[in-house]
Amino acid sequence: MLKRLRENKSAQGTLLIIPTLVFMVGMLIIPLLLTFVISFGHPNANGGVNYTFSLDNYIRLLGYSTDCPNGASSCFDPLYLLIFWRSLLLGLYTTILDILLAFPLAYFIARAHPRWRDTLMFLVLVPMWTNFVIRVYSWMMILRQQGVINSLLGWFAGLLHVPFSPLTMLYTPGAVLVGMVYEFLPFMILPIYTSLEKIDNSLYEAAADLGASPIRTFLRVTLPLAMPGMVAGTILVFVPVMGTFIVSDLLGGSQVILVGNLIENQFLAARDPTFGSAASLVLMALTIIVTYFYTRKFGFGEELVA
Amino acid sequence: MNPFRRSPWIVTATLLVYFFLYAPIVVLILFSFNASRISPLFTGLITRFGPYQLVGGNVIQSPCGPFHWFCDLSKSTEVLNAARNTLIVAFTSTLVSTVIGTMAALALQRYRFRFRTFSQISLYIPIVIPEVVMGITILVMFSQLFSYLNTALNLPADSQLSLGLWTVILAHISFMIPFVTLVVQARLQGLDKSYEEAAMDLGANEWITFRRVTFPMILPGVLAGALLAFTLSIDDFIITFFTNGPGSATLPIYVFGLLRRVITPQLNALSTVWILIVFIAVFATQRLESRRR
Repeated sequence: MLKRLRENKSAQGTLLIIPTLVFMVGMLIIPLLLTFVISFGHPNANGGVNYTFSLDNYIRLLGYSTDCPNGASSCFDPLYLLIFWRSLLLGLYTTILDILLAFPLAYFIARAHPRWRDTLMFLVLVPMWTNFVIRVYSWMMILRQQGVINSLLGWFAGLLHVPFSPLTMLYTPGAVLVGMVYEFLPFMILPIYTSLEKIDNSLYEAAADLGASPIRTFLRVTLPLAMPGMVAGTILVFVPVMGTFIVSDLLGGSQVILVGNLIENQFLAARDPTFGSAASLVLMALTIIVTYFYTRKFGFGEELVA
Repeated sequence: MNPFRRSPWIVTATLLVYFFLYAPIVVLILFSFNASRISPLFTGLITRFGPYQLVGGNVIQSPCGPFHWFCDLSKSTEVLNAARNTLIVAFTSTLVSTVIGTMAALALQRYRFRFRTFSQISLYIPIVIPEVVMGITILVMFSQLFSYLNTALNLPADSQLSLGLWTVILAHISFMIPFVTLVVQARLQGLDKSYEEAAMDLGANEWITFRRVTFPMILPGVLAGALLAFTLSIDDFIITFFTNGPGSATLPIYVFGLLRRVITPQLNALSTVWILIVFIAVFATQRLESRRR
C-alpha cells in the first residue's frame, strides 16, 4: 500500500489536496448550495425554514409587495432595489475617492529615496492592520454632536465671538462615505504602490528627453502602467464595501441601510433566513458580474496575487 | 529626472492623506488618557497617582495615574475573556490553515491529479465573494445542521449542538486556507525545480526531498502565509459575527457590541493597546523582511 503510494504521483497529489477539498466543499460549496435551496423556501414561526419551491423571496426583492397602503392586495415598492442601488453607488463613490487619495501618496512613496520607502510604507500599514471596528469607533468620536470637530469649531467660534451650534455629522450618509473611504484606503494604496514602484526611472527620463510635458508624461506613461494596481485596488475596495454593515450601522445609524444591513437584519432581527439568503445570493451575483466585466475591460488585476 | 518628483502638489497631497490616515488614530490614543469619565471633550490628563478621586465627573487622581483607564480595562473579565477567545481562535486556525494550505500549494504546484482545476477554482471563491455572503452561508449550514442533528439524535437540552468557539475556528480555517495557499504557491512558483530533481536523482524519496530541500526553501513563504492568516483571524469581524455563540465573542465582536450601547474611555484604552501591538508587529515584520533581502 505505502509502496504503491510512493510510486503513484497522482495519488500523492490527491492526498495533499484532500484536507483543503474537505474544507472548501464542506464550508463553502455545500453552504452556498444550501443557501441557494433555502432562498426558495419560506420561514416558519420559530425561525426555521420550510423547504418549498417558490420565487417569492426574489419577487419581493424586485419590488413586489403585499404590504400596501389603501388595502390593495399588491403594489410596487422599490425599497429593496433602492437599497441595492444605494450600495452600488456607495461602492462606486468610495472606490473613486480612494483612487484619488491613494494615487498621490502611492506615487510619492514609489518615487521616494529607497531608504525612506520602508518607513513611509510602515506608516500606511499601521492604520491598515488596526482593527476595523476600532477605526469606525474613532470616526464616531470625531463626528458626533460633541465630538472632536464640533469641539474645535466651537472653540474657534468662541475665540472669534461668533455664535455656534454644533453640526450634525454622525448618522448621516456623508459619515458613512467618510468611514468607508477611510477603512479601505490602505487597500487601494498598496496595489497602486506595487505598480508604480515597478516603473523604471528611465521611462520618465525618456519621456522628458522627448519633450513630453509633465501632464503628458503622467497620462501616457504613469497612468497606463499604474492600471493593474488600480484594477486590483478597485476589486479590493469595491467588493467589501458592498457587503459591509458595521460602518453603516455605527456611522449611519438607521439613516443608511445597505445590502449588508439588510442581510444582517433578516438573519438576526427579522428572523427570515430565506429572504436573507435570497438577498445574499443576489449580492454575490452582483459583485461577481461587476468584477467580471470590470476585469474583462481593464485586464485581470495581477497585483492582486502579488 | 522625474518631473513629478519634487512637485509641491504631490508633497501637499501626500501630507494631507497621511493626516487623514493618522488623525483618527491620534484622537483614539489621546482620549485614552482623558480625565473625564463621560464627556467626549478632552478635559485634561489624570495627572496624580494616589487613591481614586473623582471631582465633577473628572478623575483627578488614581492609583494608576494617567493610565487609569488601562488599569480599569485589565480588571474587566469580559475584555480578558474576549482577548483569550481571540488568541485561541487565531493560534488554532493559523496552525491548521498553514499546514493544510501549504499541502494544497504543493499539490497544485508540483502534482497532477483529478480535481486540480476544481480545487484551484474553489480556492478563489472566498477571495472574490463578499465576506458577509460567506458568513451567512456558513451560518445557514450550521443552523440547519444543528437543528437537524438535535432532533434526529434527540439530544437533551443541555448538550444540544450550538454555535461556539469551535464553529468560529472552523469558519476561520476555511477562509484562511486560500490566502495561505496563494502565498506559498507564489513562493513555489519562483523556486527552481532542479534542486528537487537533483535530490530525487541522488536517491532521496519524496518525503526526504520535501523535508530537506523543498521545505527549507519555501519556509519564508510559509511563514508569510501564517502571518497573513494570523492577522486576518485577529482582525476578522464579519465571519466571526455570524459564527460565534454565547460566551465565544472575540475582541472585535465585543467592541462592536459595546459601541451599539455605550462609549467609555476603557474602549479608548483598549484601542491604544491594540494600536501599540499592531505597531510592534508591523515593525518586526518589516525588519525581518528587509534583513532577508
